[in-house]
Amino acid sequence: MFSVFRDLLRYNIEFAIGCVFVGVIVIFAGLSFFSPFDPTQVYTVIPDRPPDSQHWFGTNSRGQDMFWQLTFAFRNTLGFGLTVAILSRIISIVVGLAAGYLGGWVDRVLMFFNDIFVAIPIFPILILFYFVMRSNLNSFTLALIMACFGWPFDARLIRAVTLGLRHREFTRQAVFAGMSPLKIMFEEHLPYVMPIIFATALANMIWSIGLEVTLAVLGFTNINIPTVGTTLYWANNHSAMVVGVWWWILIPVIIVIILFIGLFLLAVSLNEYIDPRSRLRRMGA
Amino acid sequence: MADILTVDRLKAYYLMNYYGIRREVRAVDDITMTVKQNEVYGIAGESSSGKTSFIKVLAAAIRPPMRIVAGSVIFHFGDRNVDVTSASPEEIESIRWKHLSYIMQGSMSVLNPVRRIENIFEDFAARPLGLSGRAFKDRVITHLAKLKLGPEVLRAYAHELSGGMRQRVTIGLATICNPEFIIADEPTTALDVVVQKDVLSLIRDLQKEMGSSVVFVTHDMSVHANMADRVGIIYAGRLIEEAPTRQLFVAPKHPYTAHLVASLPRIGDTTQRPALEGRPPNLAAPPPGCRFHPRCPLAIDICKKEVPPLEEVVPGHRSACWRWRDVEPLAGSIAVARVAESVA
Amino acid sequence: MTALLEVDHVSKQFGVGGLLSRRRVDAVSDVSFAITAEVPDIFTIIGESGSGKTTLARMILGLEKPSSGEIRYAGKVVSGTGSRAERLEFMAAVQPVFQNPFEAFNPLKRVDRYLASTARRFLGTADDAATDKAMDEALQKVGLSLAEVRGRYPHELSGGQLQRAAIARALICKPSLLITDEPVSMVDASLRMSIVNLLKSLRDELGVSVIYITHDLATAYYIADRILIMQQGCAVEIGPARVILDAPKHPYARLLKASVLSAADAGQGKLMPATELMRECEELLKRDDAGRLVTQEDGRQVREYSAGSP
Repeated sequence: MFSVFRDLLRYNIEFAIGCVFVGVIVIFAGLSFFSPFDPTQVYTVIPDRPPDSQHWFGTNSRGQDMFWQLTFAFRNTLGFGLTVAILSRIISIVVGLAAGYLGGWVDRVLMFFNDIFVAIPIFPILILFYFVMRSNLNSFTLALIMACFGWPFDARLIRAVTLGLRHREFTRQAVFAGMSPLKIMFEEHLPYVMPIIFATALANMIWSIGLEVTLAVLGFTNINIPTVGTTLYWANNHSAMVVGVWWWILIPVIIVIILFIGLFLLAVSLNEYIDPRSRLRRMGA
Repeated sequence: MADILTVDRLKAYYLMNYYGIRREVRAVDDITMTVKQNEVYGIAGESSSGKTSFIKVLAAAIRPPMRIVAGSVIFHFGDRNVDVTSASPEEIESIRWKHLSYIMQGSMSVLNPVRRIENIFEDFAARPLGLSGRAFKDRVITHLAKLKLGPEVLRAYAHELSGGMRQRVTIGLATICNPEFIIADEPTTALDVVVQKDVLSLIRDLQKEMGSSVVFVTHDMSVHANMADRVGIIYAGRLIEEAPTRQLFVAPKHPYTAHLVASLPRIGDTTQRPALEGRPPNLAAPPPGCRFHPRCPLAIDICKKEVPPLEEVVPGHRSACWRWRDVEPLAGSIAVARVAESVA
Repeated sequence: MTALLEVDHVSKQFGVGGLLSRRRVDAVSDVSFAITAEVPDIFTIIGESGSGKTTLARMILGLEKPSSGEIRYAGKVVSGTGSRAERLEFMAAVQPVFQNPFEAFNPLKRVDRYLASTARRFLGTADDAATDKAMDEALQKVGLSLAEVRGRYPHELSGGQLQRAAIARALICKPSLLITDEPVSMVDASLRMSIVNLLKSLRDELGVSVIYITHDLATAYYIADRILIMQQGCAVEIGPARVILDAPKHPYARLLKASVLSAADAGQGKLMPATELMRECEELLKRDDAGRLVTQEDGRQVREYSAGSP
């Protein structure tokens, strides 16, 4: 595992760039633990100051230092994306492996629910949840809800792979070696879908962060928790662009784009690692 | 008879470098051989012995990561000599199908599944033949008749035909331009025994009629026994023995060939067959000296140090073995069976 | 004589095609044979692709349910649907060996893992030492040792070694019947005979009965005691192997034998296909009456058809 990571880092430029981008933002988010400011407090510094040596990213109209405010925002956003990714991965692994390996009515029932979740429009549902729960809707609850919607496509992917594995001779060998279905699913087949899980986890993070930003900008999340989305919500609320506080919007947007590009590059390069055909193309010339 | 193909000290290696692992696989290592006109030359070898790489070079399908490291592969078509290791893509394009053609293993990969057979024939052969319309179609129909296929096949799609018919269509594609040289890569491996014999006899008949040369690759020694005029045995990237078919089977001069021949079971014979132990060497790190020595019952010191040259040991019979004089036909082989029969 | 395995008028149909043009195909129709418990036997099923030999093997292993008829192992019906305990009991007695040695083990896992699992599950070996002992014993029987296999991944072993390890895995639970489906067709020529010889020694030395499924008449002649020749799902000739292969009677059996390429004729270019027999076989398939197996004096059964045009 580690040697794969090292080789990828050394010989795959996309992967290296992706790592640098994501790494920088993780470190940036980590700085929040050393912040001199409480992110929920307002008017702790002089408002509307452009970036200078004292406030690297300037200050916003609510009197918050943007640098430290954004460290919190990215910590929460990353944490949110990661939670959604992990939770939805767990669901998709269990559903995908069980449907693919066990087949029969298990497969039909699971895929029935899978198709329902594919068909339900997620955005109105999230807004509905917001109106029902209002201030009770914390980050984790939102992540949980989104995880419940983020698994079906990947579960189908995992099911397709497992379906192929089920008919391979080594699966039969395992059956006649007396291994239980659980053991076959999680020890024989899981290693095969692991790379898919990593690659889709990154894509899933992009999806969930993007959705969270959208919701927050529109004000459909708990706006008191600093995230990338709520930062933009407040900036919009204070008409930051109109009054000329451009850094309030531009800087978080740039950083979130860096994060997205980083995650995207990682997903792409991992995909390439999984798919030997694209690896051959790279080897080609 | 004149030679149509001359392969001289050919070395083709796979040079790979991905994610930091550098590997050099010597798939074809110093092969020298010739194929005569109007001859079926059989190439035998196990999986990953390098036989597929070798015929890829012959077929002028040299693509990275495979590289020609040394040597030449020259085809003599009439007055024209073409070295496929250095020829330009246009030159290779000009000999393809018309002079040099192929019959591949998976007929489905050659036959485009969304084109009718007649369209596939047009795609392949209309231009090299210089025919079109009715004349072209008549030519295809007469050609297919030789392969025992009716004209109704032309309207069919590949998936509508049986395995044997598909393989006959592929043979038809490969032979319609009367090529002087045909490369057949395991053309019957996927077929059932009954169909296999049928297809083999068709290839043989067409070859005789056209006077072409065929390089026939398969791992199945009993196919070579009945198909080839001469057989070359490839082991671990090297040609280790080459002889007229009958001679190779009756009096092999290399211990590996002797084992291959002896281990063939035959109907009507239940004597214990010998089995060869060990495994074929890894071509990325082949053993020094003779590459067969770790598995060879006759190996002595020199075998471990020096590579035996492929030399003519009997007229027309080349072997790369330091101890070829000591190679005896093994129990179970044809020669031994013959002796037993004559005694009885 | 008690029967170890009884295949009793077994048929299997599959539905082929889409929703509209669905038709039923007989993969196996009305096949019967039995393997006795007293004398170990190599029972060979011969047929070309599509003859139903693999379907038959899958039904014997309980991976597929017969459409009609019954397969009994030691008097109990093989269904594959019973409780897990019953299934495990069956698997301890009947073990498979598959066609492709390179596919037989998960390439991401070590080979010994399957051997250890078999030992623990079926022999109930409690500690590592007992498991190792059982593994080593089985590997010795196939000419390998635990030291050669332990910790190795499939790609580190040759095709012949892998196939032998797969056979050793099946032998750990001391089965009385081994179902081998084309076990040598993917193994290199130089390693093939070591597997075939091994199957022979399993019968002679360990008393294991083997069902050997193949399309290769020559190896069948070499090791089989009895053979069953299948043509498109039907048994056309069944009986003592050498008697049948020396002088097959059914046209299809004769065609198969006539199509075998023999190395004995090396260099003589004997490639004339048996056109006459091919036509005869095609006509047999077109007949409405399926004929019936008639027992002959020499102990074999041959499918015979009522006189008259098809």
